[in-house]
Amino acid sequence: MPRLFDDYATGQAYDEMFDADTAREPYLTLSRSFADLDPDDVRARVEALQTAYLDQGVTFDIGGEERAFPLDIVPRVIEMETWQEVDAGVRQRVRALEAFLADVYDAGQVFQDGVIPRGVVTTSSHFHREAGGVRPPNGVRVHVSGIDLIRDVDGHFRVLEDNVRVPSGVSYVMTNRRSIAAALPEAFAHHRIRPVASYPQRLLAALRAAAPAGVTDPTVVVLTPGVYNGAYFEHALLARTMGVELVEGRDLQCRRGRVMMRTTHGLEPVHVIYRRVDDEFLDPVHFRGDSLLGCPGLIDAARSGQVTLANAVGNGVADDKLVYTYVPDLIRYYLSEEPVLKNVDTWRLGDADAREEVMDRLHELVVKPVDGSGGKGIVIGPQADRADLDDLRRRVMLDPRAWIAQPVVQLSTVPTYVDGTMAARHVDLRPFAVNDGNRVWVLPGGLTRVALAEGELIVNSSRGGGSKDTWVLASSSTHPVPREEPPTLVPLGRPPSLGPAMDELGGESDDQQQQQQQQQQQQQQQQSLVASGTDVDGGAAC
Amino acid sequence: MLSRIAESMFWIGRYVERAEDTARILDVQTQLLLEDSTADEETTCRNLLSVMGVDLPEDQAVDLQSVLWLLAYEPTAPASIAGALGAARESARRARETLSVTMWEALNTTHRHVATGQFSRMGHGNSFRWVRDRAAMINGAADATMTRDEGWQFLILGRTIERADMTSRLVATAALAGGVGSAWSSTLRACGGHEAFLRTYKGLETERGAAEFLLLDRLFPRSVVFALSRAEQCLDNLESGQRAGFQNEAHRLIGRTRAELEYRPLADVIVDLPAEMERLQLTCARATEAISNRYFAGSEGTHWMGGRT
Repeated sequence: MPRLFDDYATGQAYDEMFDADTAREPYLTLSRSFADLDPDDVRARVEALQTAYLDQGVTFDIGGEERAFPLDIVPRVIEMETWQEVDAGVRQRVRALEAFLADVYDAGQVFQDGVIPRGVVTTSSHFHREAGGVRPPNGVRVHVSGIDLIRDVDGHFRVLEDNVRVPSGVSYVMTNRRSIAAALPEAFAHHRIRPVASYPQRLLAALRAAAPAGVTDPTVVVLTPGVYNGAYFEHALLARTMGVELVEGRDLQCRRGRVMMRTTHGLEPVHVIYRRVDDEFLDPVHFRGDSLLGCPGLIDAARSGQVTLANAVGNGVADDKLVYTYVPDLIRYYLSEEPVLKNVDTWRLGDADAREEVMDRLHELVVKPVDGSGGKGIVIGPQADRADLDDLRRRVMLDPRAWIAQPVVQLSTVPTYVDGTMAARHVDLRPFAVNDGNRVWVLPGGLTRVALAEGELIVNSSRGGGSKDTWVLASSSTHPVPREEPPTLVPLGRPPSLGPAMDELGGESDDQQQQQQQQQQQQQQQQSLVASGTDVDGGAAC
Repeated sequence: MLSRIAESMFWIGRYVERAEDTARILDVQTQLLLEDSTADEETTCRNLLSVMGVDLPEDQAVDLQSVLWLLAYEPTAPASIAGALGAARESARRARETLSVTMWEALNTTHRHVATGQFSRMGHGNSFRWVRDRAAMINGAADATMTRDEGWQFLILGRTIERADMTSRLVATAALAGGVGSAWSSTLRACGGHEAFLRTYKGLETERGAAEFLLLDRLFPRSVVFALSRAEQCLDNLESGQRAGFQNEAHRLIGRTRAELEYRPLADVIVDLPAEMERLQLTCARATEAISNRYFAGSEGTHWMGGRT
């Protein structure tokens, strides 16, 4: 029987499952499970996965078209020790970014101490003076963050970018887990995987903790741009699993500095808004005047402390790609710690020295706009032709501040099911962190995005990427640790009541009377058959 | 209406509901076993059987496969989905002339899938979803096409009594699982009420809240109180025009139990939930008996002793 992994070839990049021909330790159990499966069986399961996502409506939007989010059948496995490092690194990063934002929108000590030039921040298109001097109730600005990580050639995780505005994708982490558990029950049963289902409860707790002072039972809402937004599925899922209202801008109204929502019982106050609308669209009074997605007066209500916006306005300066290059310094400055997770090497093209070093080598580098997202505007040198590069060079010279350059990082690969076989495809990882003011909690796993085209390095879903379920193992041993408490046995309940028809299903009804009845009914039937069959003379049998 | 027909209607209601609820419970429990690898399969399975009232000898090994056989696929067991669906169809056959064609066909098609083995070949997740879908179809067909006569009242009466019984079994399991939060949320999911619960309680999951919701919520259709109130209504409709008191023993039993639940402080009710739920199941069984005596008695036929053979 042909095996799925027979033809599997690793490329130059670090492959997470195979070291040459042997499976790495965390994947041993998984590769055994797959070896037991018949390729036809796998194909059937892959098809079932796709249909399941379409039926459940797990979709995202590209340019108005609703598509099922591709989910690969091979999960990605991360062993406990590696995860602990990621977990610590992400928490550290979020704490540093929190401190940085608090500083930027307050005294700006970091500029005076010369850690980062003030210009870097003030020239960022995401720097909003409107957020200056606002002190959020529990000091949290980054309630939710997604830190994008990649694994380099040596297998070390590095930070590719930070997302502290409105990171999306967490809903797929939850739906992926459920679907893969159904598709690979055998493999699932042989691993101890840390669960992800508690995310909505963690998020809700953090949002409630962020409520304005004096509000004991806050009303939390999720603010969505609406059904045409690419991540609408996620907004609905989060609102549903947190049990809160999903509102659009037009459902809200600001009255005397307070935010209210329109309900059948009149206006009701809102205290915490988990907003999935970008800063620029949030409040036409302060930002884009033509925005229909926000609610006039929201910023003023937040400034006066009547409502908490999560994440806070102006967070974009912290995930600016230029500021990214300073984050290791910021970690040392604010936390007096060495960064746990390293950055990817980066040149700031705004620096004349760096520009000089890089301009002639554009063909071997990746050049990114600093305020882009979703993979937009990225030029990968080795894949670009001369005209592209010339055009890029011109655009960089026009506004050098707007660009950074990085070496082409070979994202690690994980086997991915493509057209009936397993092939190495590049992946990244976005762990999600929730900050409730006391501690930063990192969802074990996060979203693994995979570029489905061969050799493709951009994993964004808007560029045809898919995802994988990400398993963080609860222990390094493959055998489940028995639970400590003795199992509680439930006493026997009452048997279900029996109705008449049930007695006869068994076929061995001991009810004599019923048997007789049955026999008589059958006799009767035979007699009438005989009668109609032989009664030729009568001529009336019809 | 003929007693015999009434009896059939009552049991169609019960069996269809039993099949659906069992499917819901199994769906959530199998998923739980998959996702939580710390759970002990043997204990979970044994508890599941106990809750459903299936007695197994102590020394017999139990695993997921045997539980699924006993509770889902075994064609003749009274607690299995296949058994309940078969019995529902069998009851429907006896009342075929009073059932609407769509409802009969919904029941019959369902049974045929079970009888031909299609049901057992679907794979767990799919088969449980299929049972839920079919139950919705049967109930929907009844709702859309049946006249609201006595037959209808008996159908709903059976359905609601079974539902109260099944929900009480679920609540008992969750209570016995103790402090583990996920037991309650899986129970809520089994009832299809997790989201409704989260909305009602603003996302705050507490044991007390979950117990309150499943026992006492007046708006959630699978709560015990909701089911019992509907059963009371049906009985009331069947016995219309009484000025004082309740003549019907079933009505008294159900009304008293519902009032006991609703008018006692919640803390009082949840202090010993398993015993409380046991009493509730006893009420359902007694009420069923009382209904049988009151409305169906004699439909089993009179047996003459002696006479010509």
